[in-house]
Amino acid sequence: MRVYLLLIWTWTRAAARYPASFALMTVAGTVTAALEVAVIWVVFSNTTTLGGFDLSEVMFLYGTSGLAFAAADLLFSNTDRISQHIKAGTLDAMLIRPVGTFVQVAADRFTPNRAGRALQAAIVLGVALARLDVPASRAWMIPVMVVCGIVIFTSIWALSGALQFLLTDAPEVANAFTYGGATLTQYPLTVYGADLVRGVTYVLPLAFVNWQPGLYVLGRADPMGLPYALRFLSPVAAATLAVVAVFAWRAGVRRYRSTGS
Amino acid sequence: MPTLHRRFLTQPPLLSLYAQLVRYGFRKHATYWGAAAAGAFTNTVFGVLRAYVLIALWRARPGLGGYDITDAVTFCFLTQAYIGPMQVFGGGLEVTQRIRTGDIALDLVRPAPLLLWSLAQDLGRAGYLFLARSLPPTVAGALLFGIVLPGDAAVWAAFAASFALGIVISFGWRYIVALATCWLRDDRGLAVMSLVLTMFFSGMMLPLVIFPEPLGTVARALPWAAMVQVPADVYLGRADVPGALAFQAVWAAVLLSLGALLTRAARRKVVIDGG
Amino acid sequence: MIDADRIGRSFRIRGTTVHAVRDLSFHVAAGEFVGCLGPNGAGKSTTIKMLTGILAPTSGRVTVAGLDPTRRRTAVAREIGVVFGQRTTLWWDLPLRDSFELVRLLYKVDRVQFRERLGELTERLGLGGFLATPVRQLSLGQRMRGDIAAALLHDPSLLVLDEPTIGLDVVSKAEVRAFLRDLNTERGTTVVLTTHDVGDVERLCRRVILIDHGRLAFDGTVDELRATVPGETSIEDVVAHLYLNSSALRTRPPRPGEDSPTATA
Repeated sequence: MRVYLLLIWTWTRAAARYPASFALMTVAGTVTAALEVAVIWVVFSNTTTLGGFDLSEVMFLYGTSGLAFAAADLLFSNTDRISQHIKAGTLDAMLIRPVGTFVQVAADRFTPNRAGRALQAAIVLGVALARLDVPASRAWMIPVMVVCGIVIFTSIWALSGALQFLLTDAPEVANAFTYGGATLTQYPLTVYGADLVRGVTYVLPLAFVNWQPGLYVLGRADPMGLPYALRFLSPVAAATLAVVAVFAWRAGVRRYRSTGS
Repeated sequence: MPTLHRRFLTQPPLLSLYAQLVRYGFRKHATYWGAAAAGAFTNTVFGVLRAYVLIALWRARPGLGGYDITDAVTFCFLTQAYIGPMQVFGGGLEVTQRIRTGDIALDLVRPAPLLLWSLAQDLGRAGYLFLARSLPPTVAGALLFGIVLPGDAAVWAAFAASFALGIVISFGWRYIVALATCWLRDDRGLAVMSLVLTMFFSGMMLPLVIFPEPLGTVARALPWAAMVQVPADVYLGRADVPGALAFQAVWAAVLLSLGALLTRAARRKVVIDGG
Repeated sequence: MIDADRIGRSFRIRGTTVHAVRDLSFHVAAGEFVGCLGPNGAGKSTTIKMLTGILAPTSGRVTVAGLDPTRRRTAVAREIGVVFGQRTTLWWDLPLRDSFELVRLLYKVDRVQFRERLGELTERLGLGGFLATPVRQLSLGQRMRGDIAAALLHDPSLLVLDEPTIGLDVVSKAEVRAFLRDLNTERGTTVVLTTHDVGDVERLCRRVILIDHGRLAFDGTVDELRATVPGETSIEDVVAHLYLNSSALRTRPPRPGEDSPTATA
């Protein structure tokens, strides 16, 4: 972790040498992310509730998911370049270094551009909280769920990277899980089909990013009738997925080193 | 030199050249079938997610914007199907790369106009991606949610024409964005701006029929609407067909003319002034 | 320093198994300077990848500095420096100095030690003029010297170079060779390099390993190599003779432009 932080700091200093380009990309990232907010705005200009949740609640879900995703995206999404590294041969250059490949790929060509997106999500979350009036007895869950969300999304980035060791020519598949996961968690899960909700609760635990703990914060009963205890299990889900991701990544690297492709 | 060009330009090369370029564009993309399959998969997943959100919205507001739920779902999967052929996220043209490397100077002195040359290749690309990336999400949408299937052959014919025009309009826009990089130091800002405009104002994220007024009226008059919203409305039978096609044809003509003007300016800048 | 015991490496390519390296055994002692020759596709790069822990052997066992590179990749990485002539291990967009800083962090080299070592390498390799230049703007000769410096910042006991002189002009080649010779004699660093340039072998290597068709075809001194073909005095011709008589080349003629220009070197 220390090496990772030192590496990204070095890359940040390198990026700071081109301030115009840095500013441009930060603004661009923020504007792209703002599109999602524009969609929520258009939806709620037509209705007062979506899937049984009002604008403030949806903004809360969007804000928590967006903040967790943006942080994971900022820090670790470079792992989705793994197929490029394989094709360009730069993965070989990483394998001769005495540091794990995940840290190296995540830090490679790091730019802090994507911080704008986190800021934008934090603002939406702040506005939502100001409108919601969450009691302090339940607000403690908010930082917990954001941290768990970061771990879950980071694990998904790592899993998608691991998948690219198999599908080197089709890295876009990973987008369905990474960006797809971010899109899915922006809305209350009541809008999705029951099977999909079960899938993101028990298989790919996206429901633990913001939905289950979010129900607790919002003081809502689970519209799907799933067990109450689930809303406290985000740390367990995050830790489990992280372990799976570590093994998958290692298996991917092992496969690369044993097949040479 | 310029007179030589003019002589070549007034004698358009044989049509077979362009047919060849279309085939070349098709074949070139056919070699990346893995990437296309991955794209189709991702487009389908996002189609499903978007469809659920639209269903929730139309459950809350039945008949919104004149669509029923099936119309909304159909709209969603049609727009996902456009992503590949119309390259909604931008790019897809060789020109951008050629400008970056400076090889554009070679392209600009070729006897065949760059605009038509690129258009032919892009149509080939769109043809392949229609097969590889448009059909799978549409079929998946039909199986999972059920979509509108027009029974009238006239609707299908109108849709085919409208879809093709949509591709030409998308090419016209992307060509302008690509050529503009001749005058810019950093083209990434322009690429993002183009992405945001296209995504939001085409109907790619939400149908333009539910945009609050006056934003909706403005959006429906812009060229991006002619790419995504209009062909979808033609398919759903919710458009005045001659009017819709005329609207698209006008935008296609405007964008292609602008593209031709930019090409001439680029030639002056790159070939005559030496970049 | 290196112990390769009957190592083999096969790949599955479209259903058929290709043996890139088979039954290769050799030993390199500390302080040696070994050149590895062989026609294109003979298995040199595969061997280098197995020594450096990039690829795991499919059979046999290799130890580098007493460690198994397959199982203890990061520990081996700390002991060795690696240079790929065909592609840089530096970062295209960064100035050379920043690339070195990243290498320092990756190898956890102490700051004081790093400054001292970099100063020495800068002087020896003449990097001073382009430390602030992004790697993508360096000439091939400059880039190669930068790559060599990067591989030595953590002061490894073994330096492995895959075609370090490929594409270099006469002057750059001479500079790289002089540096490697001094590194070996003065610092005692073990050096193993692959090359197509027999000039490298003649001027640098006390020992030559020739790999052909994935097997060890020759292992001995340069003089012993010369003696394998009676009547030939130039190493260039001896090597050409050996390559031409190899079964690998008779079944597959070299494609145009595939070989490095040994004839003009």
